[in-house]
Amino acid sequence: MLGFLQRPVVVTADVNLNVVALTAVGLLSRLWRLAYPRAVVFDEVYYGQYISFYMKRVFFLDGSGPPFGHMLLALGGYLGGFDGNFLWNRIGAEYSSNVPVWSLRLLPALAGALSVPMAYQILWELRFSHCAAMGAALLMLIENALITQARLMLLESLLIFFNLLAVLSYLKFSNSQKHRPFSPSWWLWLTLTGVACSCAVGIKYMGIFTYLLVLGVAAVHTWHLIGDQALSNVCVLCHVLARAVALLVVPAVTYLLFFYVHLTLLCRSGPHDQIMSSAFQASLEGGLARITQGQPLEVAYGSQVTLKSASGKPVPCWLHSHPSTYPLSYENGRGSSHQQQVTCYPFKDVNNWWIVKDPGRHQLEVSNPPRPVRHGDVVQLVHGMTSRLLNTHDVAAPLNPHAQEVSCYIDYNISMPAQSLWRLDIANRESDAEIWKTILSEVRLVHLNTSAILKLSGAHLPDWGFRQLEVVGEKLSRGYHESAVWTVEEHRYGRSQEQRERELELHSPTHVDVSRNLSFMARFSELQPPSRPRCQAPVNPMETGSAAPWSRCALRRADWSPWGRPPAGAWLPDGLWLLQWRMLTVRSDDSEHKYSSTPLDWVTLDTNIAYWLHPRTSAQIHLLGNVVIWASAGLATALYVLLFCWYLLCRRRRVCELPEDSWLRWVLAGALCAGGWAANYFPFFLMEKTLFLYHYLPALTFQILLLPVVLQHIGEHLCRSQLHRSLFGALVVAWYSAACHVFNMLRPLTYGDKSLSPSDLQALRWKESWDILIRKH
Amino acid sequence: MPSAVCEGLAGSELRPRRGRCGPQAARAAVPEEAAEAAAQSPKRPAPGSRPSEAACRWVLLALVTLLAFATRFYRLDQPPHVCWDETHFGKMGSYYINRTFFFDVHPPLGKMLIGLAGYLSGYDGTFMFQKPGDRYEHHNYMGMRGFCAFLGSLLIPFAYLTVLELSKSLPAALLSAALLTFDTGCLTLSQYILLDPILMFFIMAAMLSMVKYNSCADRPFSAPWWFWLSLTGINLAGAIGVKFVGLFIILHVGWNTVSDLWHLFGDLSLSLVTVGKHLTARILCLIVLPLALYTAIYAVHFAVLSQSGPGDGFFSSAFQARLSGNSLHNASIPEYLAFGSVITVKNLRMAIGYLHSHRHLYPEGIGARQQQVTTYLHKDYNNLWIIKKQNTDSDPLDPSFPVEFVRHGDIIRLEHKETSRNLHSHYHEAPLTRKHYQVTGYGINGTGDSNDFWRIEVINRKFGNRIKVLRSRIRFIHLVTGCVLGSSGKVLPKWGWEQLEVTCTPYLKETLNSIWNVEDHINPKLPNISLDVLQPSFPEILLESHMVMIRGNNGLKPKDNEFTSKPWHWPINYQGLRFSGINDTDFRVYLLGNPMVWWLNLLSIALYLLSGSVIAVAVQRGAHLPGEVEGLAQVLLRGGGQLLLGWALHYFPFFLMGRVLYFHHYFPAMLFSSMLTGILWDTLLRLCACGLAASSLASRVHMGGVLSLLLGTAYSFYLFHPLAYGMVGPLAQDPQSPMAGLRWLESWDF
Repeated sequence: MLGFLQRPVVVTADVNLNVVALTAVGLLSRLWRLAYPRAVVFDEVYYGQYISFYMKRVFFLDGSGPPFGHMLLALGGYLGGFDGNFLWNRIGAEYSSNVPVWSLRLLPALAGALSVPMAYQILWELRFSHCAAMGAALLMLIENALITQARLMLLESLLIFFNLLAVLSYLKFSNSQKHRPFSPSWWLWLTLTGVACSCAVGIKYMGIFTYLLVLGVAAVHTWHLIGDQALSNVCVLCHVLARAVALLVVPAVTYLLFFYVHLTLLCRSGPHDQIMSSAFQASLEGGLARITQGQPLEVAYGSQVTLKSASGKPVPCWLHSHPSTYPLSYENGRGSSHQQQVTCYPFKDVNNWWIVKDPGRHQLEVSNPPRPVRHGDVVQLVHGMTSRLLNTHDVAAPLNPHAQEVSCYIDYNISMPAQSLWRLDIANRESDAEIWKTILSEVRLVHLNTSAILKLSGAHLPDWGFRQLEVVGEKLSRGYHESAVWTVEEHRYGRSQEQRERELELHSPTHVDVSRNLSFMARFSELQPPSRPRCQAPVNPMETGSAAPWSRCALRRADWSPWGRPPAGAWLPDGLWLLQWRMLTVRSDDSEHKYSSTPLDWVTLDTNIAYWLHPRTSAQIHLLGNVVIWASAGLATALYVLLFCWYLLCRRRRVCELPEDSWLRWVLAGALCAGGWAANYFPFFLMEKTLFLYHYLPALTFQILLLPVVLQHIGEHLCRSQLHRSLFGALVVAWYSAACHVFNMLRPLTYGDKSLSPSDLQALRWKESWDILIRKH
Repeated sequence: MPSAVCEGLAGSELRPRRGRCGPQAARAAVPEEAAEAAAQSPKRPAPGSRPSEAACRWVLLALVTLLAFATRFYRLDQPPHVCWDETHFGKMGSYYINRTFFFDVHPPLGKMLIGLAGYLSGYDGTFMFQKPGDRYEHHNYMGMRGFCAFLGSLLIPFAYLTVLELSKSLPAALLSAALLTFDTGCLTLSQYILLDPILMFFIMAAMLSMVKYNSCADRPFSAPWWFWLSLTGINLAGAIGVKFVGLFIILHVGWNTVSDLWHLFGDLSLSLVTVGKHLTARILCLIVLPLALYTAIYAVHFAVLSQSGPGDGFFSSAFQARLSGNSLHNASIPEYLAFGSVITVKNLRMAIGYLHSHRHLYPEGIGARQQQVTTYLHKDYNNLWIIKKQNTDSDPLDPSFPVEFVRHGDIIRLEHKETSRNLHSHYHEAPLTRKHYQVTGYGINGTGDSNDFWRIEVINRKFGNRIKVLRSRIRFIHLVTGCVLGSSGKVLPKWGWEQLEVTCTPYLKETLNSIWNVEDHINPKLPNISLDVLQPSFPEILLESHMVMIRGNNGLKPKDNEFTSKPWHWPINYQGLRFSGINDTDFRVYLLGNPMVWWLNLLSIALYLLSGSVIAVAVQRGAHLPGEVEGLAQVLLRGGGQLLLGWALHYFPFFLMGRVLYFHHYFPAMLFSSMLTGILWDTLLRLCACGLAASSLASRVHMGGVLSLLLGTAYSFYLFHPLAYGMVGPLAQDPQSPMAGLRWLESWDF
């Protein structure tokens, strides 16, 4: 404990100047004139809008990936003091002076720069020579595509950084396994592996490929560990558990944490509210919350409600009726009931109001005390403006003849009695006596006579139905289906018995004075100094009764019911799952794009992407790889696979002269580098979304790491004589100079700093399929 | 039946345990060990030594087969109307009998066999199979149903033999066979004119022959070895010839073969020449033979279907020229396109049709108010266009001018013959695809402006720079905007007569939507040639029909708001398929697995994974298992592993598929999982018995367990048999119905 009294404190610094030098040149290559061009380049226009949302704390949902990457970019904006005020609408638009371009691009550039020394470290940890390690780093340094991608406000370089970090820390971990298991550094690297993996996944879903690869390698190593009979059973169990926690539990928790932060940061209503549930929207500041604050929570007999369909397809809409009737017969000759139309209408309207009625009573106002409606109760729904009852019967629906028509009942005095009784079925109930709650309850309305379910069919009615959406009664009770589920969005207790009064009441907004319903804590925090960002004022968890330090916005969320009862369950985990689910299910339309490409184009670099063109000169930025590196990396991969198979066969026949340790090294390097390439490349063949060249960059990075591995192997094992070796060395040097030369030639297109003449540009168009922009005049 | 079961069980118990591991298990072990084991144990349990046991096997096999046929053929003629997909496959069988050409997304073998069965049983191909529910009346449909039921019944003896071979245990085989016999789903699927019984037949036959040839591994190149190996190949060809799902059993066999070769290769006692022989034999039997058979199937398919029919439109113009009755058959037209020719231009993508225009304008607010240009699927005078030079108005048909052929890169105008307007494009949004430009008909009597000029390009110029009718693939590049003429395939609203949208796309990627070919060609100045010269060769036909099939399969996308079956529904038997009848007065058949069998299967997979990993970890930790347990563990790991692999290969790929999926896609996987269940429970019960010291009690535990499983499945079949054999009366939602108590899941709607 007091050892320092006996011995002096000695700090031995072990600085690898290689790494320092590599970091320095990496930084130089990525950070040089980083703020140039001062204009929106390619996908910056896409990520920029999300940064603005973060800066303004407006809720958004990006279906293309999890939020961690956006958050990191926004962190750059936050550090640079960006206020979010910029209109991201056009590639090439000049940045206004309030946009801190340098700091926005800083994080990706740093990540890109650090990838260079990390490549060195990885090869070193794979037990390859310094020379090979330097080679890998130098190749990363002069890869034009990686530079372009890292110097802009894009996510790929961050993804690559975390991919490499995951691999590196796993290698460090497994190398310390033999000597010092369960030491602090062992734990550090193990945990870092898990964290880096989840960061990679948190930036783009693509990160999951590297995660799976690392998991696979870890599983094989663990399997060998289990077979190690020198270890006791308990020890093996500890090893397995430690790995399971660090590589499975930690990433899952970290991943959830991203969403937690995302939801905590973004507390204002924004453009993507609509796809989330009403309950979630109600929790956003300025969104639905403005309307729903002060609404009664429990739906009672006599409640006036609007019913929103839980399905957002094709558009979010509310159950609606209007005085028009179904046409006597449709175009195809089928007949209808000629009763009042019931539709789903995507806009707020006074005709969206329905009154919940007790079939046994005539009153349409809420009694005192209110009698809440529970799961399993039978109700009638009265259309507020026309006072007609929601009805369905054995008449074919207008567009889906297999389903029943839903109408508001008009008594034509023919033998078609009203069938207006509906049983309430709360889909997300916790008990069978659950009360129907505003926003929270997802209800199905089951028709009593025919057991049909009220359902949004998703089809648009023709002109006679004003192109609103068709609502039908469908007989099949096939489990949970979103289009058959409705939630109460706006709600108030009806007070007027007279029709005229009621119409007036329906026309009046539900908006109640909000401040009246605010709790003490909410008002208290509003008194806080205004300099404090509104959403960040921490609240003492003890006082709100919830366990997490909700932000002030969260408090308001928990506070919207007049009885001060928070909505059932914590909103955050619900929101989190919902958000994750929506992100996975939101389908981006696969629109064609001028620069989209197929995975087959990538290996041969048959495609490029023009990122930016100077508005006046012909200075331009392209995503374009270093041809020499791409070609040789491809060759090296093929060579690796061939050699690997050859060695495998030789070893099987026991005729191989490759020493055991170099074989193991060769296999591990291949599993991580060639495996990393394959894992990050082949899945794209199965994807149906629009693909771009930059999707290949993570795979390319792994391929570049493989290159020196193969070269060193050839130099050590395949060149028999000294002469061969020197010759091979000379070849490698020549090849690297060629790569440098190509880098230099493509440099103007990478940095976009030099305006080339049309003939120079034409000379750079080495492939027919490259699209280099040449000004005509 | 029960007495025979008891005999079987008793018989199996009497056998020496060693035989159960089989030569296969021994071979797979480390070579030294293998040699040792081979030296110690007789190669296989000599058949003569236990005549009673061999007899017992055969008796049981006969019994199982009999029961299978009895269940499958019982009430086969019910219902006497078209059920579910019979409407497709019955119809396609009829097409073979009538020799009319049709298109289907599946390879032809299954339908060919159905057609053959119908033909042999005296069905004349006159029934229309229009929609489910149509009565067969006097038409002979029993031949086709009987054929499918026959193949479906054979699944059960196949499963019995496969499991017997893998586990060497009669109770396991019996259990697997019982699970399949008493599964209402398998039963229903086998009783109708469908591809599934045929597909499953080939899959199981391939599996059985693979297992058989594995157990001949100790006698390589012997007659039975060759027989089973080539039979595997034949069955693989059959499986892939029925449906592309057959690919999974090919993967399974491929994996097995590769690991087999790997072991042979590692066996240093074999010379490389021998290993080479092994490799060649497998290439011959498992690659060359199936490929040849598969090609032969298509040869027969094209030879039989020689008449024009409903499938013509899916294929290229050149292909259609083969079919008698098609307007292109035996036609003769000029071979190369020249200026002044009157042509029709067809899009290369299927179901898009011909470039078309008519005397109607685009409505107000949709681009420029000029004449509409669309694509139209049917032949029509409005599909005719005249190909003209860009700037001369002189009549190219004037005999004084020499014939000038159109070549790659020429600038042309396309004048619509009926309305004399030019094909035109400009910077206006296309009506539906906003990112593309509008295409219109413009100008009066052929005089327009520079926006009417198109550059014609021939793709990959296989036939030279000139443009050959039917064969050359061409693109039209708009000269001013640089966009490409294409069809988006979207249906125009009413104002466009629900024809398809034509646009000019600024994206220059070569997609089928923007590639065209010339079909009709009229030019009086050129000599006509017979189209037979242009007919594609057999490899080209084969390639084209595969492209069309793949596109057709990809085209089967679920529509929005349509409730589709998801792969995770299947193993839990979440929801069935309605085969026939909806209302309570109808004769209703509902395809649903026997829930007892299916849930037992599901449980068994979980149990298998658990016990398998426990054993694997124990072995890896170097635990020494007693001899008996060791043998059982080997059966579980190797035999069970084969079946688990089969199940996984036939199940998980569906998660990656974008097309519409149905419940019946799970049935091949279900066969494997039932066999796995048989092996698993038998082995587990034996392991339990091993744990119990007293041998009399041990055998009783084992026997009791197997018997109760058998009786349980049989009883559940008794409960659920109306699903397969048909029910009339109130729906199960109705408490009056006899099935009311059996609706265990809300999602079952029978």
